[in-house]
Amino acid sequence: MSTTYNPSDPYAGSRETTEGRVYTVTGGDWDLTLGADPHGEERLVVNMGPQHPSTHGVLRLVLDLEGETVTKARVVIGYLHTGIEKNTEYRNWVQGTTFVTRMDYLAPLFNEAGYCMAVEKLLGIDIPQRAATIRVLVMELNRIASHLVALATFGMEMGALTGMTNGFREREMVLDLLEEITGLRMNHAYIRPGGLAQDLPEGSVEHIREFLEVMPKRVADFHRLLTGQPIWQNRLKDAGYLDLTGCVALGITGPVLRATGLAWDLRKVEPYLGYDSYDFEVPTADTCDAWGRYLVRMAEVNESLKLIEQALDRLEPGPVMVEDKKIAWPAQLSLGPDGMGNSLDHVRHIMGQSMEALIHHFKLVTEGFRVPAGQVYVPIESPRGELGYHVVSDGSTRPWRVHVRDPSFVNLQATAAMSEGGMIADVIAAIASIDPVMGGVDR
Amino acid sequence: MSNDGGEVVPGREEAGYDDSTAPSGGFRKGAFGVSGSGDTSGFGGLVRVEPGGAVALHSTERPYGGYFDEVTDALIEAVGEATYAAAVQRVLVDRGEITYFVAREHLLTLVQPLRDDEALRFELCSSVSGVDYLDSGGPAVAPGRPRLHAVYHLTSMTYRRRIRLEVAVSAEDPHVPSVTGIYPTADWHERETWDMFGIVFDGHPALTRILMPDDWDGHPQRKDYPLGGIPVEYHDATIPPPDTRRAYR
Repeated sequence: MSTTYNPSDPYAGSRETTEGRVYTVTGGDWDLTLGADPHGEERLVVNMGPQHPSTHGVLRLVLDLEGETVTKARVVIGYLHTGIEKNTEYRNWVQGTTFVTRMDYLAPLFNEAGYCMAVEKLLGIDIPQRAATIRVLVMELNRIASHLVALATFGMEMGALTGMTNGFREREMVLDLLEEITGLRMNHAYIRPGGLAQDLPEGSVEHIREFLEVMPKRVADFHRLLTGQPIWQNRLKDAGYLDLTGCVALGITGPVLRATGLAWDLRKVEPYLGYDSYDFEVPTADTCDAWGRYLVRMAEVNESLKLIEQALDRLEPGPVMVEDKKIAWPAQLSLGPDGMGNSLDHVRHIMGQSMEALIHHFKLVTEGFRVPAGQVYVPIESPRGELGYHVVSDGSTRPWRVHVRDPSFVNLQATAAMSEGGMIADVIAAIASIDPVMGGVDR
Repeated sequence: MSNDGGEVVPGREEAGYDDSTAPSGGFRKGAFGVSGSGDTSGFGGLVRVEPGGAVALHSTERPYGGYFDEVTDALIEAVGEATYAAAVQRVLVDRGEITYFVAREHLLTLVQPLRDDEALRFELCSSVSGVDYLDSGGPAVAPGRPRLHAVYHLTSMTYRRRIRLEVAVSAEDPHVPSVTGIYPTADWHERETWDMFGIVFDGHPALTRILMPDDWDGHPQRKDYPLGGIPVEYHDATIPPPDTRRAYR
């Protein structure tokens, strides 16, 4: 029985039945919108995000669909913009560390290292060998933690929930180590201009060695759980295809670029912190798809384990901060039972023995040191690709400008190229394989 | 950290930063920069000149050293001597990095061969960003000197080289040609630079805000834009500027 058209309410016509009046609600103004579509196709615009579990944080996608095929993908970002770059211009050079560490929150130590290396290049200073080795050590630990989150969320988004629980369980082991070394699980502010906040605490080397024993078995478990699994392979293979030409044109670096077969890793091609003296491989794949990126990340976890072992072997006793007292943080920090703070010896020294030490401490902590004018660009290889710090100084105690070339920001531009023309389900695989961290994208 | 005023920061002269043209970045009074309350430190009468001046204004003489000479020669060969002389205003080598200061009308004539020429091959545009040199001290604030700089970091993956291009424009006429036609990756970088600094990239396919809301007023990373103190459209919330947040009275 057809519904009576009601001119006063075109969307809810009514009819009389023996049960009383019945209203039929129809499609709202979508019918008019789609009716105006000249192609008459099943075009559908889907808004995905910004609050969607598989968009890696607050990422918003606007997808044009025809059936299940994506014809257009637009990416909207900025939901997590916190103005970190602007904020650093109002703090002194050391305080900048605590800001930048909060950008790419899965790789905080890379943010700190890149920033501090830029400041050190502006200052023209070299850091002690032990500080450089510990930087490599904690960064590679951090790389494992970051890749484990990438793999865990990858699993979750593809429906392999055990992959997620396993990934986060393994990552917790790394975070425990980082907490022991730096005092915090994340946002460590451990790497400082001129060196490190403090030396490795007693017992941490043994704990890292225990981790090195356990982790290879867990990586093997991951392979048994996912790599050989037909569903996992079918979901990832040929999803999110982007070849070398596309990657370079779009500025894509990191595992996405290495999955096209090019072994471009800044640790190898532009070594820093003595990476050229370590023995490690740059894993690549030649599939250009999400499957290749998964394999590259898995292999990089193993390479990071090799690097950590070598870094532990070459640890020599020595200072972890530059000798120059005009730059080195005056407080001797120590890990107490209630967290990290100034060592009692240092407090006793400045409060009871030396007035000059107190003045020096006060001036350096409140005002900070001056950095000669100029600008530098320091790129390092973060878990997601080239993390570049463009830092400008005007010769004062605060940065004039800190710009961060965050790899997530640049890599996310590939979303359209990877997903247009494919199925909507593969959009999730494509974005998960880019592994964007919105804290870094929006800064 | 220097306790005494007017001290030349080590390395500034070698890097080509000329302090002799001071008064530059302004003056500091007292030892701690305190104002509004009594300075009990005994240094209240101290007046010193700030170093200031983030932009070095001289040009580095050849040879530049390292691969910089090779790159420059290849670039001159690719675009011709006359174009190079017109396009590159000056070259600065500092801390092992080379910066070409480029006139904006010649930017694309330089960037195209930089990417395509066999001896140059800067395939990857690592980063495009902006710097606002307003009141940065030194001769940079001389009247008429453009304050907004668009900075391009180019990487040659073939030769493993990096260079920097810098284009300066004024806030009244902030137009720079877009390089998105040559480096598609510059799309979001240029949108961010427009969003944060208000530099207009002519020829960009869709120059819209990217990090700030679409209807935002102003360009937050300009130096005359305050940190905080901007009303926010959420329950009438206002975040006070940092210097007024706490009052010790």
